[in-house]
Amino acid sequence: MTSLSITVNGRPVAAEIDPRTLLVQFLRDELRLTGSHVGCDTSQCGACTVHLDGRAVKSCTVLAVQAEGAQVLTVEGLAAGKALHPMQDAFREHHGLQCGFCTSGMIMAGIEIVNRHGFALDEHTVREALEGNLCRCTGYHNIVLAIIGGAEAMARLPGATPAAAG
Amino acid sequence: MFAFNYHRPDRIEEALMRARDSGDAKFLAGGQTLIPTLKQRLAAPGDLIDLGSIPGLAGIEVTPQAVTIGAMTRHADVAASPEIRRAVPALAELAGLIGDPAVRNRGTLGGSVANNDPSADYPAACLALGATIRTDRRALPAEAFFCGLFETALEEDEIVTAVSFPVPAAAAYRKFANPASRYAMAGAFVARAGEGVRVAITGAGQDGVFRWIDAEEALTAVFAPTALDGLALSADDMIADMHGDGAYRAHLAAVMTRRAVAALAAG
Ligand SMILES: Cc1cc2nc3c(=O)[nH]c(=O)nc-3n(C[C@H](O)[C@H](O)[C@H](O)COP(=O)(O)OP(=O)(O)OC[C@H]3O[C@@H](n4cnc5c(N)ncnc54)[C@H](O)[C@@H]3O)c2cc1C
Ligand code: FES
Ligand code: FES
Repeated sequence: MTSLSITVNGRPVAAEIDPRTLLVQFLRDELRLTGSHVGCDTSQCGACTVHLDGRAVKSCTVLAVQAEGAQVLTVEGLAAGKALHPMQDAFREHHGLQCGFCTSGMIMAGIEIVNRHGFALDEHTVREALEGNLCRCTGYHNIVLAIIGGAEAMARLPGATPAAAG
Repeated sequence: MFAFNYHRPDRIEEALMRARDSGDAKFLAGGQTLIPTLKQRLAAPGDLIDLGSIPGLAGIEVTPQAVTIGAMTRHADVAASPEIRRAVPALAELAGLIGDPAVRNRGTLGGSVANNDPSADYPAACLALGATIRTDRRALPAEAFFCGLFETALEEDEIVTAVSFPVPAAAAYRKFANPASRYAMAGAFVARAGEGVRVAITGAGQDGVFRWIDAEEALTAVFAPTALDGLALSADDMIADMHGDGAYRAHLAAVMTRRAVAALAAG
């Protein structure tokens, strides 16, 4: 067993874990944060995407112990009370989901796209940046629209600063 | 995943000592190759030595002569580095073509060269630019470092610390990615330096990354896509799998080389 202390959605967490535990298993099975999904065993689908120290990662391809001391943000940490994060809201607004299995990963990937490329996104940038997020239902069209719309809405958040142009 | 002991040393000496004591250890960098391998039970190391807490292994240093990148530097940081974009734009571009953003946020240069996947991107840049691979105990020219499919000159307990790429006069990388995995079906890195031209092909060769000497000679004589007319790689030496046969890969490698040359010739 290895001891682990990390911060998840702003809350410090400490645990003794088997070092084999994947970050996604720790989040889902130990912390019961089941918004991050496991859609493949080949690190390709992105349903498990979370932010680790501000960067999108596939939590199925990170050992929980590798996150020692880090800040983890999952889809559960986005809403402010009952108010959805603008990127979450945009997925509803633009019908960016059908079954919803890929959605938390898409939203976490979408927010990183904004962090990297700024609030004014074009379709090409979004499609390229979604390379690692697969959706079996939507055909992507509305997911791309949702991320472009979510980015515009994020610009109106209080304290929003333009991301470094990437 | 089979059970292993996990270690997170904060000094390279300690990592080396652990590896020697174990005799059955693996180093863990970004984990983007190793963790999927462990999940599929294709590897069963007794000890996993995480290089993530060793200071000084990540970073980028650019001089007029060379771009030196620490082994633990993530692909995303190479892709975004303004210094590398200025000195060797093709290298930053190559890093930005690896996998997808989440893979690039974790995967490292050291892990990529140590793994020497025949379809990986960095080995092509190393070979074409004549890079030096630095380890805890020596410095190896790329040519001596890559020794065939998933094989390198690394000893069991040897750690890659950095890779130093000489700055070329000009370079370009063109890759035809497998639409599912994003690994190269064929990739060509073409570099001009001094009087010569070097061409490295990844994704195609059965023995992993290689230099296409015929193309180098033709391009050194005349630097234009037409210089490649009539040259062909042998289909028998190419990877043949469910994604494409040898003839397809031989053709694709030539097309990628032509595109890289065209991009450079256009200035
Ligand atoms: C979905 C997906 C798509 C990908 N697409 C591409 C692609 O298009 N092109 C491409 O090139 N790669 C691709 N990769 C692989 C990716 O680039 C990996 O990051 C890289 O191959 C390995 O680097 P790592 O840091 O993750 O190493 P790890 O997985 O941690 O380690 C890989 C191996 O290298 C050894 N190792 C690691 N660091 C060192 C070191 N410093 N010294 C000695 N040994 C070391 C480890 O022991 C292990 O055997 C992809 C991966 C995934 C999951
Ligand atoms: S579950 Fe992580 S990439 Fe598919
Ligand atoms: S909405 Fe069903 S997988 Fe994307």
